[in-house]
Amino acid sequence: MNVLIRVGLASCGLAAGAGEVQSAINAYLTRKKLKVPVRKTACIGMCFAEPLVEFVNDKNESITYGYVKPEKVGTIIDAYLAGKPLTENVVISNILEGAQNENYLSQERIVLRNCGKIDPEKIEDYLANKGYKALEKAITQMSPEEIIEEMKKSGLRGRGGAGFPTGLKWQFAHGAKSSKKYIICNADEGDPGAFMDRSVLEGDPHSIIEGMAICAYAIGSDEGYIYCRAEYPLAIKHLQIAIAEAKVKGYLGRKILGTDFNFTLHIKEGAGAFVCGEETALMASIEGQRGMPRIRPPFPAQSGLWEKPTNINNVETFANVAWIILNGADKYAKFGTEKSRGTKVFALAGKIKNSGLIEVPMGMPLRDVIYKVGGGMKTEKPFKAVQLGGPSGGCVPAELLDTIVDYDSITSTGAIMGSGGMVVMDTGTCMVDVAKFFLNFTQRESCGKCTFCRIGTKRMLEILDRISKGKGKLEDLDTLKDLAENIIKGSLCGLGQTAPNPVLTTLRYFKDEYKAHIVDKKCPAGVCEALLTYEVITDKCIGCTACARKCPVKAISGEVKKPHLINPEKCIKCGVCYDVCKFSAIKKS
Amino acid sequence: MMKNKEKIDQVINKFIGKKGSLIPLLQEVQAIDKYLSKDAMRYVSEKAGFNLAQIYGVATFYTMFRLKPQGKHVIRVCKGTACHVSDANSILKAVRSDLHLADGEDTTKDKLFTVVEVACLGCCSLSPVIMIDDNTFGKLTPELIAGILKKYD
Ligand SMILES: Cc1cc2nc3c(=O)[nH]c(=O)nc-3n(C[C@H](O)[C@H](O)[C@H](O)COP(=O)(O)O)c2cc1C
Ligand code: FES
Repeated sequence: MNVLIRVGLASCGLAAGAGEVQSAINAYLTRKKLKVPVRKTACIGMCFAEPLVEFVNDKNESITYGYVKPEKVGTIIDAYLAGKPLTENVVISNILEGAQNENYLSQERIVLRNCGKIDPEKIEDYLANKGYKALEKAITQMSPEEIIEEMKKSGLRGRGGAGFPTGLKWQFAHGAKSSKKYIICNADEGDPGAFMDRSVLEGDPHSIIEGMAICAYAIGSDEGYIYCRAEYPLAIKHLQIAIAEAKVKGYLGRKILGTDFNFTLHIKEGAGAFVCGEETALMASIEGQRGMPRIRPPFPAQSGLWEKPTNINNVETFANVAWIILNGADKYAKFGTEKSRGTKVFALAGKIKNSGLIEVPMGMPLRDVIYKVGGGMKTEKPFKAVQLGGPSGGCVPAELLDTIVDYDSITSTGAIMGSGGMVVMDTGTCMVDVAKFFLNFTQRESCGKCTFCRIGTKRMLEILDRISKGKGKLEDLDTLKDLAENIIKGSLCGLGQTAPNPVLTTLRYFKDEYKAHIVDKKCPAGVCEALLTYEVITDKCIGCTACARKCPVKAISGEVKKPHLINPEKCIKCGVCYDVCKFSAIKKS
Repeated sequence: MMKNKEKIDQVINKFIGKKGSLIPLLQEVQAIDKYLSKDAMRYVSEKAGFNLAQIYGVATFYTMFRLKPQGKHVIRVCKGTACHVSDANSILKAVRSDLHLADGEDTTKDKLFTVVEVACLGCCSLSPVIMIDDNTFGKLTPELIAGILKKYD
């Protein structure tokens, strides 16, 4: 029986110790003189259970173990080779009974078709999975117009957030008259709490290169850029390897596959600025300037990078292209809803059990995404809201969980589909604090060009800060709304136009929580520090004096070996006593 | 006297004449000393023909550029959404208190560590997360911090 061991070595795996697991496997196999090939792959998607190790045989029977520890690999390997595979910690398997994981079964993997299966540093793996077949078909059998027609028919909409129809965008760029055109892949992934693009870049870089090459041929471009954020060193490394390999094999460069089509590709590393995800700012950044958005029109399709017609798409958008060309637009359009075709990748994070990367058909209710695919809540605390769309999006409350994932349904809740970050929150999360968190982010990341975005967000943040400290007034809520409306109207780019969304949605669905902060001076979730009270639980306090010694304002008194007491008049609610107490004898409420 | 003149010259030669090269050029210059000193920026301006205001404008716009000397190891504490709701604040507090950093300080007295806050390292499923140089650590609790930091010298 031929067996293969695969280890997931994407950033998430590495952070959980997959590197040590891989070394342990190799060392064990060498020591036992076992000839089992060990392959690396990238993100398998079940990041919550990293490190992940998969055993597959030539009948494609697979068992994937999660939470693997280096000291455990010997036992796992021995049992597997003895024909009695361990059943503990199996996260997914197509042979072990009861291990079929619903997490996987409700998914539809188009973008993630290769992620977690192939070795992203080997072009042979990609080629063995129909890699570059779509490019071959496109440039040898299809005209640019036919490709654009096919893309339009597929109904694919841009996955970077705004959801603009991809085929139409390509048509504009195709129609622009110029001897030089550029294409750009937006891999800036700025939404803090999202990692879909990172996983695709790390796990299947060739699918992006292939998608870009097809696009370049369709619009008549011979040069492209991938703008990748510098926080993703592994993604950049895999892209560099993939580009070099594609060049050697003749999928990039001059006279590709013997045709007259030429295409070169560069990587540009970002330098840390959220606004550079916005397309005009991104192009300014590639040109070496400060990344400030500019007025559109002219749209990039007429005048973009270095004033040449430019087509810009997101990572996930490009990763769909080869599949659509190869399998046909009709097959793609079968997935999803009337106006949102195909599938969508989501990055599940926060208080959800199966945090990780998933891909589901559009039209699935949020409830199923969270409770079926995502496995429900991680802790005992009940669901409170799910944040979609990051700093441009909003919090969708429990009563709207039957909303389906498509662009229009999600927009109707006040949130946006965004790029696919889904952060699940439980009752331990304070909505005023979340609104403050996002405003703090957008306020810092505002490039400063538009007055309302620059100063308006600052004023909103000040108000939220006051409320979270129990110093707010009820009129503040109207001021917040007023400022929000004006920032939306008075900003040039999407950053300002959407910055108030997190505040507006929380005000809409969680107004009582704001009122509790303002009127009752209480934070129901127990998050806002200034509104907490600290008390010693007399039964648990053994009088070790640690808290009294650390209290910066000497608000704690008591004798050694006797229960201590906190003076609420003096307490500044810094939480030091809570942190230093080794006996859980401090209650915060 | 400018430090690292030769290394900076090499970087400038690599990029000179290439369009859109200011940001990668400054990134590589920064890699030499881990920060952009005023002298280095002035030198690049003279040698590579960018005006100083443009260089300073770029260096202050992007968060990756650091204008102050850095510690030997850079600790990035994630304050992204997923980490925020998983109590990243307590991790930041633990890091800062383990390194005895006073308010407003970001580099330790012995210049071993610099602490910066970042928005998302892309490992949200393992939140809360920190990154020390190129290594990421996930599923943290404040108690784990001292043990991790101890390994660096
Ligand atoms: C403030 C701001 C940040 C953005 N960040 C990103 C990003 O990180 N990634 C992305 O693909 N698009 C981002 N966008 C959207 C882009 O401007 C653009 O619409 C997108 O790259 C187009 O690609 P698509 O049609 O394939 O979605 C951002 C927009 C704004 C206003
Ligand atoms: S929010 Fe911390 S890694 Fe993404």
